[in-house]
Amino acid sequence: MNILQEISVQLQQGNPKKVAEFTQQAINENIDTKTILDNGLIAGMAVIGEKFKAHEIFLPDVLLAAKAMYAGMDLLKPLLVKEGIPTIGKVVIGTVQGDLHDIGKNLVVIMLRGAGFEVFDLGNDVSPEKFLETAVKENAIVIGMSALLTTTMPVMKKVIDLAKERHLYGKKKFIVGGAPLSADYAAEIGASAYCFDGMSAVETVKRFTTTSS
Amino acid sequence: MRPTLQFLSDQLIEQIIAEGREIMCKLGIEIHNDLALLLMHNNGAKVDKTASRVYFTQSLIDNALAAVPHAFKLYDVYGNEAVDLSGFNVNFTPGSAAINILDSTTNKFRKPTTQDYVRYAKLMCKMNNIASQSTAMIPSDVHEKISDSYRLYLSLLYCDKPVVTGAFTIEAFEIMKNLQITIRSSKENLKAKPLTIFSCCPTSPLKWSEVTSQNLLDCAAYSIPVEYIAMPLSGFMSPVTLVGTLIQHTAETLSGLVMSQLMNPGTPVLYGGSPAFFDVRYETTPMGSVATMMIDCAYNEIGKYLGIPTQAYIGLSDAKALDAQAGFETSLGAALAALAGINNISGPGMRDFESCFSLEKLVVDNEICGTALRLIRGIEPKEDFPSLPIFEELLREKHLLIADHTRKYFKEEDYIPGTVISRANRSRWEEEGSTTVGQRAMIEIEKHIKAWQPTNLPDNVKKELTVLMENESRKYGMTKLPNID
Ligand code: B12
Repeated sequence: MNILQEISVQLQQGNPKKVAEFTQQAINENIDTKTILDNGLIAGMAVIGEKFKAHEIFLPDVLLAAKAMYAGMDLLKPLLVKEGIPTIGKVVIGTVQGDLHDIGKNLVVIMLRGAGFEVFDLGNDVSPEKFLETAVKENAIVIGMSALLTTTMPVMKKVIDLAKERHLYGKKKFIVGGAPLSADYAAEIGASAYCFDGMSAVETVKRFTTTSS
Repeated sequence: MRPTLQFLSDQLIEQIIAEGREIMCKLGIEIHNDLALLLMHNNGAKVDKTASRVYFTQSLIDNALAAVPHAFKLYDVYGNEAVDLSGFNVNFTPGSAAINILDSTTNKFRKPTTQDYVRYAKLMCKMNNIASQSTAMIPSDVHEKISDSYRLYLSLLYCDKPVVTGAFTIEAFEIMKNLQITIRSSKENLKAKPLTIFSCCPTSPLKWSEVTSQNLLDCAAYSIPVEYIAMPLSGFMSPVTLVGTLIQHTAETLSGLVMSQLMNPGTPVLYGGSPAFFDVRYETTPMGSVATMMIDCAYNEIGKYLGIPTQAYIGLSDAKALDAQAGFETSLGAALAALAGINNISGPGMRDFESCFSLEKLVVDNEICGTALRLIRGIEPKEDFPSLPIFEELLREKHLLIADHTRKYFKEEDYIPGTVISRANRSRWEEEGSTTVGQRAMIEIEKHIKAWQPTNLPDNVKKELTVLMENESRKYGMTKLPNID
C-alpha cells in the first residue's frame, strides 16, 4: 500500500492519529499537497460516502471518518493557503429566520466539512441579508438554507428574491432542505437544488463546485 | 384489575430525578427569555445573563413541584367535561401540526388546505375513541403568520371537542387566546374550564428558545394548560442509553415546570415529550422505534411519581403508506401507552415522523385506540359467580346468543370495531368488493363527513370568532379568508 492509500484507509477506519501521522509523512516525502488532499483524504471520504449510501456503515462511522479527515486537513491547510490552492469549495449555510430547528442543518455542516468543503455556519434564525452578505464576503458559491416549519419555508424565497435584486442570483447556487421542502417547491422558488439528507447535500455541492470552477 | 406496565423501579426513578435536578443546578439550563431570567433571579436562582444560563436551586424545583396541580380536566366548546387528565386515565388525541396530508384520491403527499382541515374537523366529531381534537395540520392557503391560529379557529368552528394545539410565534398567542376567551365569554371562565392545551418545546440539549418559553409564560398567565415537549434524541442530542435520555428529559421538563409555576403557581401542565431514539442509518427521528416508545412510557412513570399528569407522542408511525408498518407501530405504541397510563396520547392519524397526516389512518387508528381502551379495562367478573345458572341455560338452550347475560355484556366485553376492520369470512369479503383497509377507510370517511351536523355553538359566537380571525388575517394583507363550504 502506498502512503496515500494508507491515509485513505486510516481515515476510513476513523483513526485521526494515524491520518495525521501519514499525512505528515507524505508532506515530508514532498508529495504534492493537492495530491495528498485528493488521493488521500478526499478519496477516503468518497469511499465512506459510498458505503454510507449502501447502508454498509452508519452515521457515527461517517462522523468518525470526518474527524480523522480534519486531523489531516489541519496539516495540509497552511500549505494549501501558502501554495494558493483553493479549497474544493465554500458553502454558507444556516437555518432561516424564525426557525430554530438546526439539528438537520448541523448534520449537513458536519458532512460537508467531512467531504472537504469550507463551511460558514451562520446558525439558526438567519436573516436573508446575512446569508447573502456572508456569501459575498467569503466568496462562497453555494448558499444552503434549512427550514423545518411550513411557516418559515417562505423565507427561502425571500433570500432568493433578494439575491435577484442584488444581481447575485446567477452567481450563486441555492440549495435547500428540511422536512416541509420538496424538489417541486425548490424549483418553484428558484432554488438550484433540494437535498433530502447530508449525503445528497455533499453530492450536490460537489456537482455545483466542480461545474463552476 | 386495570393492567399496567412498568419499566422503572422507584429507586431508579429517584436516581434519575436526582441526576436531572443536579444537572439543572450545576450545569444550568440556557433560557433565552428576559422575563424568565428575571423570575428565576427574583426567586433565588443564579442567573448568568450574558450566557442566558440559569442555575436552578433545589428549593426552586421543590416549590414548583408543590404548586403544580396533580390533575386537571378539559371541557368542550359548550363547557361540558370531556377529558380527565388524572391518575391512570387514558385519552387519545390526534398527532399534531403535520406539514403534509396524504391525498386519498391521488395517494400523494401534498400541503393541506382549508378544505382538508374542515374535513378533518368534521371527521373528528365522529371519532368516538379519540377524546380531543388537535390542530393536526397546517393549512397552506392562508398567510403563514396566521397558519397556527387559523387551524385553531377552524377546529373551534367545526368540532366541539377540546383542542391540543400550540403557537409557532410569540405574536400568535394573543389571537389564539382571544378565540378561546370568546368561546368561554371571559378569562375567568376559560381558567375554570380549560379548552385547549398548548405544546411548548425545550430545545435539546438543556435549552429553551425565546418563542417556546414565552408561549409557556403567556399560557401560564392565563392558566391555559401546557404540555412540555422535550425531544432528546438518543445517541445524538442526548446519551444513547434510555436512562441517560430520561435524565436529560427530566432536567428539560422540570425546567419548564419551574418557569410555569413561577409565572403562575397552580397553572395546569402535562409532563410530556416527544423523544426519539435517533436512527443513525437514515438520519431520522423514528416514532415507531421500540426504544422511543419505552422512553415515553418510562418518563410517564417519572411524571406520575412526581404527581404530574402526563403526555407523549406515541401511537403513531413512520410509515409512508397505510401498510402493515403503519398498523404495527401505531398499535404497539397505543397499547403500551394505554397500559402505562399516559394521560394524553398524541398520535392517531400521523405517519412519516410526525410530518404527514392522513384521514384514512385516523379512521383506522380510531379502532386501534378503541382496542387499547378496551385492553386497559382489564378482566372483571360480571355476574359470573356463581356460574351454574348460565351453564344450565347454555345446555338447555344450546346457545347463549340471546341470553340476557349476553345482551347485557357483549358490547363491553369485547371492543366492536367499525367496518374499517374486516372480520367477514373470505367469501363475504369478496362479495363485498375485496376491499383493502384503505378503501374501507375512505368509505367510512365520506359517510361520517356526510352525516356531520353543525355544532351547537351559538351563531353569534361563531360570527365573533370569524371577525377575530378576519382582523388577524388583515394584519398580514389577507383581505378574505378562504371559502369554506
Ligand atoms: C427535533 C424537532 C424539534 C426540536 C428542534 C431542536 C433543534 N435544535 O433543531 C424542538 C423541540 C426545539 C422543536 C421545536 C418546535 N417544533 Co419541531 N420538530 C422536531 C422534529 C421531531 C425532528 C426534526 C429533526 O431534527 N430531524 C432530524 C434531522 C436530522 O432531520 P432534518 O431536520 O429533516 O434534516 C435532514 C434533511 O431534511 C436535510 N436538510 C435539512 N436542512 C437542510 C439544509 C440544507 C442546505 C440541505 C442541503 C439539507 C438539509 O438534511 C438533514 C440531515 O439528514 C420534527 C419532525 C419532523 N418530521 O421533521 C418536528 C417539527 C418540524 N416541529 C414542528 C413544530 C410545530 C415545532 C414548534 C413550532 C412546536 C412548538 N409549538 O413549540 C417548535 C418550533 C419553534 C420555532 N420557531 O422554530 C412541526 C412542524 C409543523 C409544520 N407544519 O411546520 C414538526 C413537523 C413536528 C410536528 N408535526 O409537530 N422541534
